[in-house]
Amino acid sequence: MAKYILKRIVRSLITVSIVFFVVFMPLRFMPLNGYFPDEMIKETDEATRMTYLRNLGLLDHPLIQLGRFVKNLFRGDLGRSITVYAKVPIATLLVEKIPVTAFLGFWSMLLGIVAGLAMGLMMVRFKDKLGDTLGNGYIMIVRAVPSLIYLFFIQIWVSKWFNLPLVYYDYKPLSWILPIVSLSLSSVAWYALWLRRFMVDEENQDYVKFATVKGLSKKAVLKKHVFRNAIIPLSAYLPSDLLNIISGSLVIETLYAIPGTGGLLTTAIKEQDNPLVQVLVLMYAVVSIFGVFFGDLLLAFVDPRIKLTED
Amino acid sequence: MNRSEHKLCSFPKSLVRNQDLFAPAPFNAAESEKTGASNYSYWKSTLRTFFKSKAVVALVVLVCGIILMSFLYPVFSSVDPTKVSTDRQDWNLRPSLTHLFGTDGLGRDIFARAWYGCRNSFLLAFCIALSDVGIGMIMGALWGYNKKLDPIMIEIYNIMTNVPSTVYLVLLAYIMNTSYLTLFISMASRGWIVEARFFRNRILSIRDSEYNIASQCLGTPMRRIATRNIIPHIINLIIMEAALCIPYSIGSEVFLGFVGVGMPVDAITLGNMVNHGRGSFTLHPYQMLLPAAVLCIITVAFYVIGNKFADASDPRNHV
Repeated sequence: MAKYILKRIVRSLITVSIVFFVVFMPLRFMPLNGYFPDEMIKETDEATRMTYLRNLGLLDHPLIQLGRFVKNLFRGDLGRSITVYAKVPIATLLVEKIPVTAFLGFWSMLLGIVAGLAMGLMMVRFKDKLGDTLGNGYIMIVRAVPSLIYLFFIQIWVSKWFNLPLVYYDYKPLSWILPIVSLSLSSVAWYALWLRRFMVDEENQDYVKFATVKGLSKKAVLKKHVFRNAIIPLSAYLPSDLLNIISGSLVIETLYAIPGTGGLLTTAIKEQDNPLVQVLVLMYAVVSIFGVFFGDLLLAFVDPRIKLTED
Repeated sequence: MNRSEHKLCSFPKSLVRNQDLFAPAPFNAAESEKTGASNYSYWKSTLRTFFKSKAVVALVVLVCGIILMSFLYPVFSSVDPTKVSTDRQDWNLRPSLTHLFGTDGLGRDIFARAWYGCRNSFLLAFCIALSDVGIGMIMGALWGYNKKLDPIMIEIYNIMTNVPSTVYLVLLAYIMNTSYLTLFISMASRGWIVEARFFRNRILSIRDSEYNIASQCLGTPMRRIATRNIIPHIINLIIMEAALCIPYSIGSEVFLGFVGVGMPVDAITLGNMVNHGRGSFTLHPYQMLLPAAVLCIITVAFYVIGNKFADASDPRNHV
């Protein structure tokens, strides 16, 4: 077990490094003009701009830049943003933005799990009846319609019906409701869909027939036997979900003007803010790759039938 | 105990009595050689189960109608979707008989634009579906059949799914200009690996299933196992994945347009129309609602057809 964990950690670190390298190198071949704020191109001459780039270290060989970044990383220095938030240390930026996104993300994750599992249970309890049809309709809409469209209509219409604020204010808890609900919509559908599928699969197992023959009511069989076995495979996704609350949603944070991390990566890539892109890609890669790893560990922990060994 | 004994005793007696009703059949050499296979055809049963629901038939007709219309309208209609009007009176017209979906802020006919947009979005989505599922299936088959490839492919999968697609979309946009091709390359370069993993898992489970192991033990050549036992199980997955790929790629196009790295602004696609309409939603809601409705009908229809086909292709539902 310990050997397996060690091996997985080493392999995850290798994957993270490769991902980082794959993003790092192409960024060095972007056109040089992209590194300047607009006013700088108008006001300064060629020589000043070159000195500016040299001072930032952007004219060095890409491998030297890579070495410098890694060295600074181990000293705890993430570097400074160039264009998006010019000259602000990236660590400060993240400390400011992550709590906002993580707060909303955490509540939406909880809502997603509770509502999703409840919906999945309802769909199994009333299989092939109204409850099931409604649940399937909801899942179909959330998964088939582009999220931007329904999120936009929720912002415009639902805020009007319930008289909720249209954008996010950090001092007004009422304005947090719509972003949290919007964030959870797809995970509700996801949990409901898979819980239903796993529970329907479990229902054909021998132990369920045995429990029914023992005289347990349908409700008790579902709750005590089927549900408990069906959520085991779902638990593998919990660590990923928990870690991913820091990444946020671009669409929702843009619609509600939330000052979080959601659109940061895309903006940084578009404005060619290399240091910021690097840090964010590194962070998201660590989060997603280790999320899967922790998920496997949790699965082995909750289900004693699963053994983690090298195959 | 007594009762069952009684039953056992009475049984042969009635048998003897009823024997008069039967006539012995003459021995037929040809008939005795006949084997008892039913005339079950996988594809006939799949299609019958698929078309059993009226809603599915309606959806298939609807989708075929939309596809036909989106390819025929640009050929037969004389309305120019890019024609800008300088006359203020033609701007932002409500839906009417002359302009079924109204006009936008530059006086362009939204009905015509919706059909051109459908055609362009369909072409993009079909190309992406074709390359994702095609490459994905071939790579998935290789991956599933070659154990040595496994660690490499898993590593490639981890890397590709973790590099944000906006990174290479923006990079490509610098090399070439944003166009259908850049969007296609950036979406297709990532999609195949997800499909490959899906096919790899399915091929592994089919290959190692008991009837195939039994077939191998009986000495069936690999080619026959592949063509008879594996490929028929994959074809329905291919159709399903291709159908589900279409809502996914239309959705990605909308998302990329929202981010601002999608199609060029003057390209007519459903994604661009929805994103433009969003800006003028409060004043002219129909400019977004109508294209969005067309887009939703298409994505939902393909999603439902893909899922229903997956259900119908499962032999357990063929009763």
